[in-house]
Order: sequence, then structure tokens, then C-alpha cells
Amino acid sequence: MRKVSTRVLRVAAAVALAALVAAPAAHAQSSGKTIKFIPEADLRSLDPIWTTAYITRNHGYMVYDTLFALDEHFKPQPQMVDTWKVSDDKLTYTFTLRDKLKFHDGQPVRSADCIASLERWMKRDALGQALAQSVGEMKAQDDKTFSIVLKKPFPLLLDAIGKLSSNVPFIMPERVAKTDANTQITDPTGSGPFKFVKEEWVPGNKAVYVKNPDYVPRSEPPSWASGGKVVKVDRVEWLYIPDAATAAAAINAGEVDWWQQLPPDLVPLLQKNKDVAVANVDPLGSLGVARFNHLQPPFNKEKMRQALLYVVDQKDVMTALAGDEKNWRTCYSYYTCGTPMASEAGAAPLKGKRDPAKAKALLKEAGYNGERIVLMTATDQPIVNSQAQVVAEELRQIGLNVDLQAMDWGTLITRRTVKDPIDKNGWSMFFTWLVGPDMINPALNFPLRGNGEKAWFGWPTDEKLEAMRAQWMEATDLEAQKKVAADIQEEAFTSVPFVPTGQFIIPTAYRKGLHGVIVAPVVFLWNVEKE
Amino acid sequence: MFAYIIRRLVATIPVMGVVAIFVFSLLYIAPGDPAAVIAGDLATSDDIARIHAQLGLDEPFLLRFGHWLWGVLHGDLGTSIFTNLPVTQLIGQRLEPTIALTLTTLVVTITFAVPLGVIAAWKVGTWIDRSVMLVAVLGFSVPSFVLAYVLILVFSVELDLLPVQGYVSIREGFVPFIQHLILPSIALGLIYGALIARITRASMLDVLSQDYIRTAQAKGLANNDVLIRHALKNAAVPIVTVIGIGLALLISGVIVTETVFAIPGIGRLTVDAILRRDYPIIQGVILLFSAAYVLVNLLVDISYTLLDPRVRY
Repeated sequence: MRKVSTRVLRVAAAVALAALVAAPAAHAQSSGKTIKFIPEADLRSLDPIWTTAYITRNHGYMVYDTLFALDEHFKPQPQMVDTWKVSDDKLTYTFTLRDKLKFHDGQPVRSADCIASLERWMKRDALGQALAQSVGEMKAQDDKTFSIVLKKPFPLLLDAIGKLSSNVPFIMPERVAKTDANTQITDPTGSGPFKFVKEEWVPGNKAVYVKNPDYVPRSEPPSWASGGKVVKVDRVEWLYIPDAATAAAAINAGEVDWWQQLPPDLVPLLQKNKDVAVANVDPLGSLGVARFNHLQPPFNKEKMRQALLYVVDQKDVMTALAGDEKNWRTCYSYYTCGTPMASEAGAAPLKGKRDPAKAKALLKEAGYNGERIVLMTATDQPIVNSQAQVVAEELRQIGLNVDLQAMDWGTLITRRTVKDPIDKNGWSMFFTWLVGPDMINPALNFPLRGNGEKAWFGWPTDEKLEAMRAQWMEATDLEAQKKVAADIQEEAFTSVPFVPTGQFIIPTAYRKGLHGVIVAPVVFLWNVEKE
Repeated sequence: MFAYIIRRLVATIPVMGVVAIFVFSLLYIAPGDPAAVIAGDLATSDDIARIHAQLGLDEPFLLRFGHWLWGVLHGDLGTSIFTNLPVTQLIGQRLEPTIALTLTTLVVTITFAVPLGVIAAWKVGTWIDRSVMLVAVLGFSVPSFVLAYVLILVFSVELDLLPVQGYVSIREGFVPFIQHLILPSIALGLIYGALIARITRASMLDVLSQDYIRTAQAKGLANNDVLIRHALKNAAVPIVTVIGIGLALLISGVIVTETVFAIPGIGRLTVDAILRRDYPIIQGVILLFSAAYVLVNLLVDISYTLLDPRVRY
């Protein structure tokens, strides 16, 4: 009896194990109408006005809509707006909203919602703040029509309210938009093509969106953030998988449909899988930045900063950062290469043959005497660390006393706020990168500003740069803008607020069953269908 | 016995207090500022200073500690700086996967490791003993994340038998639930199993050399009876102790395993919170881990009375 029981138990265990392993692949759960997507980061905040984090901006594009949106020709196109007109004196812009615009709670989108949303955005966004200085009042004519009355012309008004990247002026219900601009909103109600399922949100793991059945897309084809936002699936799940090897295995095994950003070293692995497409869907890519501390020696001296233009080799930096040449290009401009303002005006020191002798001569002129230079690098950010390692070596070769200090990104971004000398926890240089849309023109390109203590970390002071930026914002046509942008760049290559280290793309990978992925500098989930 | 349990429970209060002070102080002096992380790359120093003040991070240490402690005493672990959600809610969301993973690992490892240790001791010096010890040494030597990747490669990517990542609640079905836990449990449990197998073997060897075992054998008792009823029961106290201590190993291992297998448990919550300096979450989780550890030790101590009648409290 006892032997029989043992045998029965063994057989039962074997059957259970076999059943477990052979059970219908519970791990390949994707239904035909659900896209499982690994985003670039974890969604931590739901407020795209409160934070500039790109992941929250991307969330914003899922659940909100915008009055205007940028197309692939860098032109703001009406999105929620149906018709609009501007007065002859360019001081009054009147907008009429499209029919049938509704928030996710069923309430119609009204002029009051748009005005409240713009007011909140203007308190946080740099371009919004510039616009606010020109705005006299915003008033609603009726529920569908409102106007912005300016005190002085602001030629970039449509560009501002159709801004592509953070902070994007998303339209929220008035009750939400009335929230203090310094306080996070908690209500994710928007009027965009997807609805956020807050009950299924597990920060650090998953964010879920479902199709908004009430959304009325425009009839034009999609072009970057503009055009028809036609949702072709029922549900999108953002699955945050922080470990790159696990994410690669998950897409290889078909557990996820799309991995937004994969490290260059994993590209060959995924390219071997015939069911996975590895592609570049970001036409602008990102730009590397080597930023100086302009307040402290030795980079408070212009000639010290200029010296680096003769030794930093974009090809070396980009090879370390992005590997295969298909994933990067040199970009000897302070603006995103491939966009209208980009040029090589004044770029000869950075573009020409590397010239350590010239660099050393400049160091001598600057009176450099072997002072310690603290370079901060974040070892948990490969894009930062590869730039730092290469540049540190290049600087050592011209005799700079480089102290490359490794830390994590959380520490680096805290320490870079320190304005004190290096012996008091200060710093000399750090490295980062910015997405292409943030550097396409002088109005958006914040590291290019020279407004001293109010500038981005590093705090350069350059009154000429600031005056020319104001001039650029008043330019009324493209040619005039290009001319001023080139002048700004020439000045920048003299005062060197930072050194551009090259332009790179981060490849994306998706299962070949996905179609209609939009090529744009921001990831959009509409128009994508799944077989 | 009851008085002993009450005494031990009361004794946990100062322990938790020390943990609370230690954790809070450590985070206070640690580099990094959540305001800088929140503000994003495009922020200015002014933006960060404003958020810093808004979060109350510029308040004096004692005031901040006092606020936090007052909340903890009222069952409020605070609010996550980033998600604006209560820490208790965030921990609540993550408890199930971690408990499921820990229990599965515990069951799997004890089921395999104790018998292997007993057999190794019984067949000491033979190829069986050496094989078991070889596996145990390997278990100690292979880092769990390396084993995890190998398991994923073999069983998920190549053989397509088990899922790569994620977690499915038992409410959505037992089969998908356990399918998602098999590989993480093996990766997490190997080092733990190796420890238990070695201790079981050593403890059993000690007991098997005792006179009463020889007496039992001389009386003609079956090997199974001698091993399980006489030897294993007497060797159980050190084994149970190690199982309890090993839970600390599991807790630290959970952090790595959950990250590799993208399991939304407490371990990953901790890592994410540390990377972005979400202090209320870190404090809450460490308090929880400490409480769990103290409780497990208490349970281990109580189990001694069941295993050894000589132990009385």
C-alpha cells in the first residue's frame, strides 16, 4: 500500500510538472489588441507641468491633447483648435476649438479649460514664462472660442503653445489646471486619445492606458505630434523593466511588443531575431553636452574653455557612447543638426583637426598652473559615463590635472547644484545629454543661455548671448531667425557655455507584428496597430 | 511561554526604534537630493531650491524626524515624494509578489536541501556525498543574478517553457502564478539551499555519531526510521536556526532577483526608491524588513520548544 502511494505520488508530481510547463503559454499573454511597451523610464509623476521628466511628457501625450502640435517640418499645426486668426497688429490671437472635444469624464472641453491650462503652464515652462511677459489677457468669448491678447507682439506664440517637448502645454480640465503650479496634480483626466487607468498603476512596474472611445481624431495623417491620433489598439501597457538583459530576453521571447530604448551593445543580439525589428524612429536623436562650471576656476576663464574645443574629439566620444557609426554623427553646432537653425558658423575649433598644441597654448594664456579639475561622472548612466571617460583622457593628454569622480546619477544631479569651489564639494565639469527637440533653437536651448546665476547648472554669464536670444525671439521670418541663430553660435564658440560632444540615436526594437510606428522625436502610441 | 512571547514582542519596540533612528540618520547624511531628481534635467538651481523647500527637506533634522516618527506611530509611513501616493499603499501593492516569491523559494529549497543534506550525511564519504557537496559549493559560488540570466536564456528564450519576467497574481490562476515564480525561486533559492544542505549534513553527521543512534540501529530499526525519527529530529534545532537566519539572505537576494525578473515586489521598490532618493519609501521598507526579521527570529525561537522538549521559556 505504501509503495503504491509513493508511486501514485510520483506519477502525480510528474504529471503536474508536465502540465505546468506545457500549460498554454501564460507568459505570452499579449492579446491582439494590447501593446506591451517597455518605456525609457519609470512613470513616477503624472503631472507634465510639475516635472520636465520626458517619461511624464510621454504620459502627457497619451492622455492629453494640445491646442497646436509640431509637425515634421517644424511647423506648429492646429490640433484641438479648429480655426484661428490673428489681428493685423499681431496682438490678438483668437482660437476656436474643434467640435466634440470631450474630457475622459464626459465633460466638453471649454475655453475656460484651455485658459486655465495655459496659465498653469506659463508659470513653469521657460518659453511659457517668456510668453507670459507679453500676454495682456486671455479671455473666453464663449465655450469654444477664446483669445490671447498681447501687450507686445510675440512671433513665437504658436510655436510656444505647440511646443513638442517638456513642458508641453497640455490641456486639462479647469478644476485640475487650477492646481498650484508647484503642486502635483493627482487627477489624470485629459481629453487625449488614451485614458489612464489609475487603479492599475503600480509605480516602478506598470502603467496602463485604454483607448478613449470618445476621442475624435483629426483627418490629417499623423506627422510628429500633429495630425490624426487614431488609436488602433484597445489597451497599452507600459512595463518598466529596468534590467536591459531581461528586457532583451522579454522581447526576444515575445512577451513584450516594443522596447523603446535599447543599449547599443544589445543591438546585435536583437538583430539576430527575425521577428524583431531594430530601428531608428527618432529623427533628431540626442546631443551630448560637456558642461563647465563658469563660476569657479579654472573654467571661469574663457581661454580655458576654448582650449577644450581643440581636444574634444566627437568621433571618439560618440564611438564610446553609441558604438556603430549608424547610431551617431558628428554635430559641430550648438543646435540639433538636421534642424533649420543648425549650422557650422564659428565651429572651426571643434570641427578642425585636433590640435593639442593650440590647446596647450590657450591653457598657458589662461594661466593654468596644474589646478585640480573635478569631472563628475555617473556610472549608472552609460551615456554620461562614456563621455566622461573619453573626455577625461583627452584632457589628461594636454596636461590637465583631472580628478574623475564616479558617483550615481542621483548624487551627480544634486552635486551639480553646488556653486562652491571644488574643495567644498564643488565641481568643474559634468556630462549629460539632451533630446534633439530641446536644442533646436535659441529659445528652447537652455544650456546656451548666459543669464548667470539664473542659468542652467554651470551658470555662464554672457550678456551678448542673452541680447541675441531676445533678438531671435523677435525675428519674424525664418531667414532672419537663421541669421541671428548663426550669430549666437559664433558667440557661443567664443564664450563656450558647453562643448557639444556629438549627436546620437538610441535605437528602438519592436516585434514585426507591430505596424505604423510614428517616426518622431517623441514616442507616440497612436497609429500603431498589432497583427 | 505566553509571557515569553509578550516579553519578546515588547523587546522589539526598542529594536525598531534604533532601526528607525539609524535609517533616518543615514538617509539624512547620504548624498543626493530628491528635489534634484524630481526637477529633471531641465531645471535650474532655483527650481530645485523651491522643490526642496516645498518637500520640507530644508527643515532641521529633529523636526523632520519628529514628523516622521509621529506619523509612524499613527500608522502613517508618509507619502512618496515622487508618486504622491501613500507609502503604505505602495508597500501594499508590492507585498504579495515578495511574499509569494519568498514562500515559494522557502518551500522549494527546504524540500530539496534538507533531504539532500540528510542523504549526504548518511552516505558520507561516498560519491553521493561528494556530489551533494559539489552542488552546495556551486550554489554558494554562483551569484544569483548570473544564475538568473542563465535560467532565462535556457528555459525562456531557447526552450520557451517559462516566462522571462513579471508576476501574475494567484487570483489570476495558479498555473500562470507558479510559472512566473519557478525561475526566480531557483535563482534566489540556490544559495539558500546550499546553506541549508551543508548545515543539515554537518548537523546530521554530529547526531549520527551519537550512541543512541547506534543503539537504535542495533535494535534493528529501519534506516528511514533511524534517519528521520531519531537523527533528523535531534539535528533539527541548528537547521531551523539556519533557515531563520537564511531569511535575511533571502531578503537581500529578493532585491536582486526581483530586479532581474522584473517582479514588482518590495525589493524593486527599495532599489528604485534608493536610486531616486525617495526617503519615505526607503524608511518604510527598512522598518518593514526589520520587523519581519525580528518576527522570524521569534518564530524560530518558539519552534525550538516544539523540536526539543528540553527547551522551555
